[in-house]
Amino acid sequence: MSTATTLQTSTTPLGRDELARLVAKDIAPGSFVNLGIGQPTLVSNYLTDEQNITLHTENGMLGMGPAAEGDQIDGDLINAGKIPVTELPGASYFHHADSFAIMRGGHLDICVLGAFQVSATGDLANWHTGAPGAIPAVGGAMDLATGAKDVFVMMTLLTREGASKIVESCTYPITGVGCVTRVYTDKGVFLTGPDGVTVRETFGCTLEELQELVPVPLKAAA
Amino acid sequence: MLNFVDSVQEAVAGIKDGSTVMIGGFGNAGQPFELIDALLECGATDLTVVNNNAGQGDQGLALLIKEGRVKKMICSFPRQSDSWHFDAKYKAGEIELELVPQGNLAERIRAAGAGIGGFFTPTGYGTMLAEGKETRFLDGKWQVFETPIHADVALIKALKADGKGNLVYRKTARNFGPIMAAAARQSIVQVSEIVPTGALDPENVVTPGIYVNSIVKVAGSGAGTSTTTEKAA
Repeated sequence: MSTATTLQTSTTPLGRDELARLVAKDIAPGSFVNLGIGQPTLVSNYLTDEQNITLHTENGMLGMGPAAEGDQIDGDLINAGKIPVTELPGASYFHHADSFAIMRGGHLDICVLGAFQVSATGDLANWHTGAPGAIPAVGGAMDLATGAKDVFVMMTLLTREGASKIVESCTYPITGVGCVTRVYTDKGVFLTGPDGVTVRETFGCTLEELQELVPVPLKAAA
Repeated sequence: MLNFVDSVQEAVAGIKDGSTVMIGGFGNAGQPFELIDALLECGATDLTVVNNNAGQGDQGLALLIKEGRVKKMICSFPRQSDSWHFDAKYKAGEIELELVPQGNLAERIRAAGAGIGGFFTPTGYGTMLAEGKETRFLDGKWQVFETPIHADVALIKALKADGKGNLVYRKTARNFGPIMAAAARQSIVQVSEIVPTGALDPENVVTPGIYVNSIVKVAGSGAGTSTTTEKAA
């Protein structure tokens, strides 16, 4: 993982791909990683051979390769998002209880998830809006949030309405308590935990400007 | 006792109204479409179905739901872009939903097959899916008590069976097959090939035949056909 310990600043906000590249760079060589559906999937585009990362997909595989194309498409070989994928040399298949034991037993080094909200102490809300009439669906979100050694969140810092998704306490139904360790956003990288929120990097803004957007006290990485 | 039957209709004939039926598959991978079609045809109703999802598109489990045969779904991820039959029944209040985190679903099924009366897990602690459940502080973490999920019948798709009922699967189509075979009182398996006893390497058997009750060969349901969008013959 990145060894940067002091606050870093860049001049522009990060796009989705730049953010994915940053997350990929922060994953330690040799890690076992689960990438959530959506934006986190982009991270796989930036993992290098030298990093030797093994990707887990919770429907029952380690050693998942890139998305399948053309003749590679095989209905029996899909990822957790039900997208056809490929297998890499050294891949393995296992049943669902074994696959979730890999998460729940603390064997995965990192999972990268999207989120609606993250609280100052690392509570995660990413499975259900709680809106009246919404059909709830949880999948493996709670297992990933609770089981992986490190839980990274990738999201935009603000909602479309301009509200911070880093909050004092989540208003959406939570997925896990105190599970998020790091939040990667277009405007900055935040470290969350029992001691509150530390800013590791800012993109296109200063720490002071970031503090105006986020309703919880921010500390600069020292 | 292990039976080799000639048709999917014969395989599901004993499934009674009100049964709890586990159906293998994650999305379409490993979903035993032909057995589900036969279950639809045989008319059994008032079913409780255990599956990861609640049907995709206009096939398999989605049709069973559409036809009103499913009283209750136990699953982790019902809402998908193409789960319109479940969505309609749910919004009309015509189907009950027990929503279970996916790892709890798998482990509760595994527990049933292994004779475990329940277990504590950190998954779901502090969330609305753990409301009303017993919690304990164990091993440095708050954990939630979960109970096994038993079933009368499991419908499973595997790649090959031998004469002893030993099964091998294919790629990520394995998913829930092995744990459902162990959890259900009766396991009905469709395979694309039946090989002679001794033809499967014992080191590579995934589901031992002791968990299997009925096997039916289904032509055209072989490797990589999980994306089939039309009923096979």
